[in-house]
Amino acid sequence: MNAMDLLLWSRGPGLGIAVGIFLFGMVLRLFEIYSLGRKRDLAPARTGGEGSGWRTMFSRSVPDRAQFKRSPVVFTTGYIFHLGFFIVLLFLLPHIELIEAVIGLSWAPPPPPIVDLVAVITLIALIVTLIYRIMDPVRRMLSTFGDYLAWGVTFLPLLTGYMAYHHLLLDYTLMLALHILSVELLLVVFPFTKLTHMVTLFISRWYNGEWFARKGVAS
Amino acid sequence: MRDETLLDTLKRRGISRRGFLKFCATTASMLALPPSMAAAVAEAMGKVRRPVVIWLSFQECTGCTESLTRAHSPSVESLIFDAISLDYHHTLQAASGHAAEEAREHSMKADWGNYLLIVDGSIPIRDDGVYSTIAGISNLQMLKDAAAGAAAIVSVGTCAAYGGLPHANPNPTGAVAVTEIIKDKPIINVPGCPPIPAVITGVLAHYLTFGAIPDLDDLGRPKAFFGESIHDRCYRRPFYDQGKFAKTFDDEGARNGWCLFELGCKGPTTHNACATTKWNGGTSWPVQSGHGCLGCSEPDFWDGGSFYKALSTPISPVTGAAAAAVAIGAAAGVAIGLANRQTKAAAKAAHQKATIADLEK
Repeated sequence: MNAMDLLLWSRGPGLGIAVGIFLFGMVLRLFEIYSLGRKRDLAPARTGGEGSGWRTMFSRSVPDRAQFKRSPVVFTTGYIFHLGFFIVLLFLLPHIELIEAVIGLSWAPPPPPIVDLVAVITLIALIVTLIYRIMDPVRRMLSTFGDYLAWGVTFLPLLTGYMAYHHLLLDYTLMLALHILSVELLLVVFPFTKLTHMVTLFISRWYNGEWFARKGVAS
Repeated sequence: MRDETLLDTLKRRGISRRGFLKFCATTASMLALPPSMAAAVAEAMGKVRRPVVIWLSFQECTGCTESLTRAHSPSVESLIFDAISLDYHHTLQAASGHAAEEAREHSMKADWGNYLLIVDGSIPIRDDGVYSTIAGISNLQMLKDAAAGAAAIVSVGTCAAYGGLPHANPNPTGAVAVTEIIKDKPIINVPGCPPIPAVITGVLAHYLTFGAIPDLDDLGRPKAFFGESIHDRCYRRPFYDQGKFAKTFDDEGARNGWCLFELGCKGPTTHNACATTKWNGGTSWPVQSGHGCLGCSEPDFWDGGSFYKALSTPISPVTGAAAAAVAIGAAAGVAIGLANRQTKAAAKAAHQKATIADLEK
């Protein structure tokens, strides 16, 4: 199998398999979570907390000052790599072309060098988070294989994408194939690791927000 | 004529030594050799006796031959072709039928082990290769016979190099490249649909000069011509870097000559010399004429999705797999949910209430 074969596989059957596993896994996980259900509240609450639930989904994205002071590195790098990842994902021209081909929506791309700079910053932020995780004894002890796996499959698409864009190390065809395959690996791993937080964080935030604002007794 | 050197032939054809040296210098620079090598190229090529070349055409469209012979003649390149002893080429030779085949067999015997074999077209191997025959001999058999006595093989065109169009899905004839059949001879791939004339003459010049095949990449292509991608050498590349793209073939971007990536240009993954050597005597090339690169010098370029869809888009739609995955995921989720509820209900049913009396036991 040569580089072109690999690229064609990754753009064809590979993508189908990865998207299939991703959607299968995510739908399965969400059904599983929802079907756990909550106990029926036999004593109706005085006021419900739905509004607070919706608010909390967004307000939790703003860092708490005290928390920020306690671990500024985690907060700073966390924000940078999350935002950076989505900027690169959504605003690099080839990605916009992909999104348009799959769902039909598109938008104007910013100049590629800007996205490129964001990619570099994101890569640095991810490396800092890994070093911090390894150097800090508490974080190291709390970290499991799943944490490192989640980090790895997030880092690889960015790294291979950057290297493909700049024609580093390997021929572009092979690097592009590896980039697409790394994204497919991310999709495959996604539903079965902590990466599901991309979806479930909104559910849990709503749940917490609703719970905290609720005036009543869940019996 | 057979013992005439290349330089003698060229002189007879009215090409001056100066013209010949210019050709050698150009060839040396195309092959990325240092300028000092031009003299070596000239010396070696001037002395070379007309090498015997047998050209076999299999499942092909004759486009490769058209490309090579139609090149702004009369040119030094085309004379190089006169200067080799092209003993068999069923499009170009005068002989036909049995006479032609006899000429091929005679030539093979006379120069056994020394002739250069050029192949264009893919070879069908399904059903013992019955899908393409010449004089009742299958392409598969003819290739094996001719390759056995060849010093080296040049696969001209994407069909001979990688299977090309006949190899495209579903490949009814079982078409394959020369490299799939012949494993024990040096093979140079000169892909392209068709390949650039200067590239094939350059490869032949290298072979004549050094008596060896040039440096090849992992797909068997001479690095001198296929070492860099179309995208890297494209004059529209600055527009890609600036984010300026043509969206349709007649919009402002197209008129301004902006990058054709969004219109499906395969330049980034295609290795060829079009952007530097150009076509028709350096007149133009596909991207300069306003059309994206098709990627014709790469394997399986016919199966790489639409020529007019960006390189980053899926080749086949993912909606079918997505819908099936969602349905199966939902079914599995419901099943697991029900199982969880059952476990919960069973636990609840099995629950025994503890009383004060129990605790005091």
